[in-house]
Amino acid sequence: MSAPRLELRGISKTYGATHANMDIDLVVQPGEIHALLGENGAGKSTLVKIIYGLVKPDAGEMLWEGREVDIADPNAARALGIGMVFQHFSLFEALTVAENIALGLGNREDPCALALRIRATAQRYGLAVDPQRHVHHLSVGERQRVEIVRCLMAEPRLFILDEPTSVLTPQEVEGLFAMLRRLAAEGCSVLYISHKLEEIKALCGAATVLRSGRLSGRCDPRIETPTAMAELMIGSTLPACGRVAAARPGAVCLQVNGLTLPPDEPFGTHLHDISLDLRACEIVGIAGVAGNGQKELLAALSGERLALRDDAVVIGGIHCGQMGAASRRKRGLAFVPDERLGRGAVAEMSLADNALLTGGASAMVGQGIIRFGRLRDFARRIIDEFRVKAAGIDAPASSLSGGNMQKFIIGREIGANPRVLLAAHPTWGVDIGAALAIRQQVIALSDSGVGVLIVSEDLSELFEICDRIAVLSEGRLSPPRDARATTINEVGLLMGGMHEGLGDEGRAHAA
Amino acid sequence: MLWLSPLIAVVASVAASAVLFAALGRNPLVALYTMFIAPLGTVLGLTELALKATPLLLCAVGIAVGCRANVWNIGAEGQFTIGAICGGGVGLLWGDQPWVLVPMLLAGIAGGMAWAAIPAFLRTKCNAHEILTTLMLSYVAVQILGWLVHGPWQDPDGFNFPQTKQFTPEATLPLLIEGARVTIGALFALGVVPLAWVLLGRTMTGYRIRVAGLAPGAARYAGFSGDGVVWFSLLLGGALAGMAGICEVAGPVGQLQPIISPGYGFTAIIVAFLGRLNPVGILFASLLMALEYLGGEGLQMDLQLPQAATGVIQGMLLFFLLAADVLILYRPRLSEVRHA
Amino acid sequence: MPDGGILLAMLVATLRAATPLVLAGLGELVTERAGVLNLGIEGMMLVGAAVGFMATVATGNPALGMLAAMLAGAAMALVFGFLTLSLLANQVATGLALTIFGIGLSALLVVDYQGHPITGLATVISPGLSQASPMVQQLLLIDPLVVLALVLPFVVQWFLGRTRAGLVVRAVGESHDVAFALGYRVIRIRYLCVVFGGAISGLAGAYLSLAYTPMWTENMVAGRGWIALALVVFSTWKPVLLAVGALLFGFVTIAQFQAEAMGINVPSQLLATLPYLATIAVLVLISRDATRTKLNAPAALGRSFHAST
Repeated sequence: MSAPRLELRGISKTYGATHANMDIDLVVQPGEIHALLGENGAGKSTLVKIIYGLVKPDAGEMLWEGREVDIADPNAARALGIGMVFQHFSLFEALTVAENIALGLGNREDPCALALRIRATAQRYGLAVDPQRHVHHLSVGERQRVEIVRCLMAEPRLFILDEPTSVLTPQEVEGLFAMLRRLAAEGCSVLYISHKLEEIKALCGAATVLRSGRLSGRCDPRIETPTAMAELMIGSTLPACGRVAAARPGAVCLQVNGLTLPPDEPFGTHLHDISLDLRACEIVGIAGVAGNGQKELLAALSGERLALRDDAVVIGGIHCGQMGAASRRKRGLAFVPDERLGRGAVAEMSLADNALLTGGASAMVGQGIIRFGRLRDFARRIIDEFRVKAAGIDAPASSLSGGNMQKFIIGREIGANPRVLLAAHPTWGVDIGAALAIRQQVIALSDSGVGVLIVSEDLSELFEICDRIAVLSEGRLSPPRDARATTINEVGLLMGGMHEGLGDEGRAHAA
Repeated sequence: MLWLSPLIAVVASVAASAVLFAALGRNPLVALYTMFIAPLGTVLGLTELALKATPLLLCAVGIAVGCRANVWNIGAEGQFTIGAICGGGVGLLWGDQPWVLVPMLLAGIAGGMAWAAIPAFLRTKCNAHEILTTLMLSYVAVQILGWLVHGPWQDPDGFNFPQTKQFTPEATLPLLIEGARVTIGALFALGVVPLAWVLLGRTMTGYRIRVAGLAPGAARYAGFSGDGVVWFSLLLGGALAGMAGICEVAGPVGQLQPIISPGYGFTAIIVAFLGRLNPVGILFASLLMALEYLGGEGLQMDLQLPQAATGVIQGMLLFFLLAADVLILYRPRLSEVRHA
Repeated sequence: MPDGGILLAMLVATLRAATPLVLAGLGELVTERAGVLNLGIEGMMLVGAAVGFMATVATGNPALGMLAAMLAGAAMALVFGFLTLSLLANQVATGLALTIFGIGLSALLVVDYQGHPITGLATVISPGLSQASPMVQQLLLIDPLVVLALVLPFVVQWFLGRTRAGLVVRAVGESHDVAFALGYRVIRIRYLCVVFGGAISGLAGAYLSLAYTPMWTENMVAGRGWIALALVVFSTWKPVLLAVGALLFGFVTIAQFQAEAMGINVPSQLLATLPYLATIAVLVLISRDATRTKLNAPAALGRSFHAST
């Protein structure tokens, strides 16, 4: 057998007190689709950044086709034949597809010849891209195709993809997998980073599993059961969360009536005629691929943007469409935003100060003067009740891990005794333990009589805790369906914009 | 830790001043003594210090409240000037009335607020950034003052000098100490310090300002009015700068003339940063910067060094402060950069 | 009806008044296209004006004076770059510090040279000017820097839009994280743009002290650096549009003198407020459409970059 395409030996990387990678070995064979598996924060991203020359390891060696190499920067990585598709920020919005690809290739090539080459490569792998379009006009899936084409044009021998499917519909995922299999058949190695076990089982021939920065095991995902792989990933058996039985829904607490809103940002989504009823004791999920109007819908519901009509948003029977966020909060709305630092909390401020962010109308403020005693008590209560790991209430928000900050924000919002809780991606980027705790809190809250609306990209999470699921696609919301009577595949079709056809069927159902 | 970098910056700028003086062919020790020690040697010197610190303190507190809200009011000089014009106008009109000082002060404050209201309006309604508008309005204000003292308000008995009549004793702020120039304006400035401290640290308004400045997204999320914060901080800054302006002309200057400030409104930006945007810190920073003004005058008289040397030292102080801040507060970030 | 001579005089005067704005504006435009907001243009122009003046007095050669001014502006920009790019200090605060520092430094530097007569740029190029006809005299006022200001916008537009290096600059200004991930040296590219901006701002300052009014007066840039900054926003970061804006401003400045010459009785101080008021008006007109500004502004403008993100 020839030398492996890539071999890592004892790679370590430390940031301050955190060991992002500790003594990691990895072997990728030619033509192999190799999974790098681990939950958020396990060190996958750091490891691939080391391979791609973006981060320098503190220790360890790297062998490329049997030869020891030192990859100083991404140019060196590309020169070896390593290509990478990033999870985030990898295209320039304001530039054209061709310009983006030219920047990624690093050699001077005539623009016309380049455009021809782009089309040729795209056709060969069944990826439709138009070189002259500006990236900001493209959908998320199209953007990913641009990135993939950019990598393929350099004819890589190792192709790295970081969580590529989180932005795709289930149908688009199938297309991606077909392309990757063809690439592997041509002899290119693929390093596929994910925490989704089903995907890895369907696609990969080998897997390396990381847990808190260390190597926790290797396996053949075609043979191994998902449960065994999950154990390697988490270190213990997965506790189930599951909603035992939905409580009986109560009165309508949040009503959205024909909400239509043009975008306020250059590349935003237009919301079209969105209607939805949310009842007390009920959890409704809104699924969809990011960029289909989630941000706009959340802003319109939270009051950060005003609706055009006052009756477009009704909270507890009161027309709130033209009310700002603070007024809607007084009517009983609580909101957990998707960005924790910078939106849900102020990074530089202490937890105590952050506890006041949405409590301006509470007893913590009297005559415009802050009552620090009450404020500090409230902050302490959140930390105790929601088991937030923090150095104390004077610790700055930026010192907390993502999961703990999320628990604090959810605790603060629940502490306001809302009648409606709006939560965006509540467990995104949160470790499994904290995610479980957050889901349980959300369920307990709804059981206590609160209506909960969750906007998320994580379909399995939505199916786990929601009573009804609706899909947001291109700014339109499908009628919600009973979560127990719907399959992931059906929702996937709706996410892919099959809105019109299924919408009729949905309406027929409702009638 | 927070106060370490201003200290480092001050020490570094004193050291750099010594180098500067040596480069200009003066004995650095003598020059440093003239600049930083000599003015403090006499009671009169101390009163002059308070006199110069007053406008700096008032303007800087306003600027600092703005900066906390991420509103860059760098046109305090213009608000100062319009405050002086409005208050001074009242003083010229009704200078013989017994209580004319009160309407003068109010007119000064209102004038500063009105001048600051323009950028506030342009920012909230037209999205025009306040850095440019406040600054442009400063140039306009200085020209308006020039026009008034050359034209309509010129003293007819002033041998055609570009200046107004002297303010009457009724229209002049009472002196704090007989024989010195410092007026009760210094007490106003001193009173502003605790008020601003309470505002920023203890009230919901101050909390809104801080959140808006640190994380505009969080302010929107919380439902704080972004426009409200812009209006509040600009009007407050304008009011304080306007008050500084009228206190200056109804005090040491004693009339309106083309130049009524050696750039207090701009130096106050440095004062605000040096004082960590904290009212108490600004009190000390304004005294230090006033000392540099006094010392600069001493240098000019005793060592024939140009007044501009003060400007260079002030600029360096701000550079050192920015650098020291980064080196002290964000050291871990820097080490990461080196690794990557 | 003004005759051809007056029209020509007005045209030339407009060009000359626009030249420093075009030059400084282009420097800032390139800097901002790379994602860096340098509010120290005024300070860099002042130091350029002072150093250019001194070097011309010392050497008697305005060309050397301009070279010295460019070096001085570049040195000022390096200070800014070191603080904001290497130490990651706040760009707005550092830019303000640079302007305050520049006002003081320029005044301090020139002290020993103040009042020295120099031969202006135009006189050097065409000795024997006094014998020529008035028309020719006017044309001879179009010195090399005016020509540069007419050509450079097109060069910069071509550079940013058509060359690979320009594409890289735009990419860095659009998203430093992506550019870094693709292997571009973000900090180095930004340093180059900042230093270019400083050098050309220094040159713009030297134009004022060597050609526009061949002498030195304290604070002689008089807010032109800030007007140049407004022009960058006005042009929506497009070089040729910036030149058009600068010409409009040049015309406003000239109109002020023309009004006086034509006997319109408005006090000179009030006329002097025109460029500043025009700046505000332009800023308001252009910023009112928030979407348009957002769409054209470099997305990473003013944000510090450190590689660990």
